Amino acid sequence: MANKFDIQIRAEKQCAILETAGYLNDALGERLSKEAQELIEKGYTQLVINLDKTALINSIGISILIEIIEVLEQHDGTLNFCGLSATQERTFRMMAIAKYAGIFPDEKTAIANF
Amino acid sequence: MTNTISNDLVLLTIPMRRDMELAAAQLASVIAESMSFNEQQVEEIQLATIESCINAFEHSKSPDQKVLTEFIMRTDELEIKITDQGIGFSPDNHSKKSNSKPDLHPEMRKRGWGLEIVHALMDKVQIMSNKNGTTISMVKCKDGTEEKDE
Repeated sequence: MANKFDIQIRAEKQCAILETAGYLNDALGERLSKEAQELIEKGYTQLVINLDKTALINSIGISILIEIIEVLEQHDGTLNFCGLSATQERTFRMMAIAKYAGIFPDEKTAIANF
Repeated sequence: MTNTISNDLVLLTIPMRRDMELAAAQLASVIAESMSFNEQQVEEIQLATIESCINAFEHSKSPDQKVLTEFIMRTDELEIKITDQGIGFSPDNHSKKSNSKPDLHPEMRKRGWGLEIVHALMDKVQIMSNKNGTTISMVKCKDGTEEKDE
């Protein structure tokens, strides 16, 4: 069973959107982290991670998302999530991620709330 | 990989290899859907299965490097047992220490969430562990839609 994953990146004027597809485990998480780091180095400190095409996330993948939140905090940046399923949102709230990152239903709302 | 169906029991043995937890999660999804669990419940069952398998992969040090997953289908509930033949652990002393970078916010720690997620998503969870292995038994009830306090 192959886990096919992908990340699409769209940079806008002041923020960048990273849209994941596939199982968010350590492999996709590390790739996402690398892409986020590169965007931060380019000056993008308002990031949106769109998880609409990611049906499953494991706790290792979430731990890497937390690392991205921490790196952004060190650059006075903000991370907003969108496209989460009800279970994903519940898990993120349980892990206190909702205190340090925004959770929004869709990309438009996530971008509008920086 | 073996897949045996007998009465209301489905067995799947997975090797401790990258992404094999997805095989168990996919089977869990098929079984839960066949039992008419709703979409959210199916997702909760999948995630709990993934976390239980990963827990075994990461911590069991099982010499056979295998995890047995059992799906017991009952009228109103699905029981899933995840068993390894590793060194066991004490659920009460389950480490929340992180091997990754130090946490900036202790409440948003990076590791040690797996079993907490399992407890939050399933209706009943029992962990039996000794030096010969660990079994995590978790039950999802069809009418167990109330969210538990976290």
